[in-house]
Amino acid sequence: MAVWLMPVIIAAVIGIGLYKKVNIYETLTDGAKEGMYTWIAIVPHLVIMMAAVAVFRASGAAGELASWMAPFLSLFGIPAEVVPLALIRPISGSATLAMLDQLMQEHGADSYIAKLAAIMQGSTDTTLYVLAVYFGAAGIKKTGDALKIGLMADAAAFLFSIIAASWLL
Amino acid sequence: MVSAAFAFLMLSGFLFAAVNGTMADVNEALFQSMGQSIELALSLAGILLFWTGVMNTAEKAGMVKTLANTVQPLLGRLFPEIPDGHPVFGYIASNMAANFFGLGNAATPIGLKTMRELKKLNGDQDTASRSMVTFLALNTAAVTLIPTTVIAISLKHGASNPTDIILPALFATVMSFCFAILLDRYYAHKRRR
Repeated sequence: MAVWLMPVIIAAVIGIGLYKKVNIYETLTDGAKEGMYTWIAIVPHLVIMMAAVAVFRASGAAGELASWMAPFLSLFGIPAEVVPLALIRPISGSATLAMLDQLMQEHGADSYIAKLAAIMQGSTDTTLYVLAVYFGAAGIKKTGDALKIGLMADAAAFLFSIIAASWLL
Repeated sequence: MVSAAFAFLMLSGFLFAAVNGTMADVNEALFQSMGQSIELALSLAGILLFWTGVMNTAEKAGMVKTLANTVQPLLGRLFPEIPDGHPVFGYIASNMAANFFGLGNAATPIGLKTMRELKKLNGDQDTASRSMVTFLALNTAAVTLIPTTVIAISLKHGASNPTDIILPALFATVMSFCFAILLDRYYAHKRRR
């Protein structure tokens, strides 16, 4: 199914474009040129933000912070095993995928821990990355309440994940 | 806010490395990340150019405008600052649809385009408008129908029913999205006073 989605969308755009007598080759390349400027705008944000994330993780600060917070988070029913994943989720998508992989390896793919981690991973996005890239592309310097709202929504998603995971038991 | 997040990650990292003797790892990770970020940027470039081209064609063919008019009644409530029938509604809907169906690599270029359009609507100021914050909340809440990567990893580890997480994840993501909208409303209200 999924393999049909992109071809169908692209074919529809081409078909309707031709029908409306749009010079589709020109609009495609013009649009791509605009995409290039967007790309140039986001590269600095990627380089700078990923450096900070790398330092935070490699230093062990991320793991340490997770173990400090574990007792507090267990009050909300969050198992200590998934705390590092919840903490890193907003800053690095690839790192949490690796963590999810490891949790499944250790506890088995059908365990509660693995299911909960999978639901957490699947119901959130890399907030800091999205924020840096989206606002970077548009040249927004003052981000308002966006980061606060994004992080609080992530926290909510984790709590709702716990409620949802209990259905699977 | 982003500066604060950046400073926190960097400085707490250095501090921890100094205390725990992991400075060598930090150095290595720092240099590695610079290569990795450029690799990521390069892998993003082709997708970004291609989809911005497709979206531009869809716009010139009037498809974005048609979509905008269709979703107007629903999205108009979430984005009260955007004038009725503005094509940016079409972009927002396209971005949401791409995210929903797990076309992450089409969603990002469309999302970036949406942000630029929202900035134009906001008189090209470098301050985030309320619509931008709402749009970002939509994106970070990541309303996805099927989290394909997660299912792929479950499959790899021999899960007996890897798709059973779809509904719970959808529930969590929709609830957190609603929560983000409420927060967004609350802060927008607070700012006005």
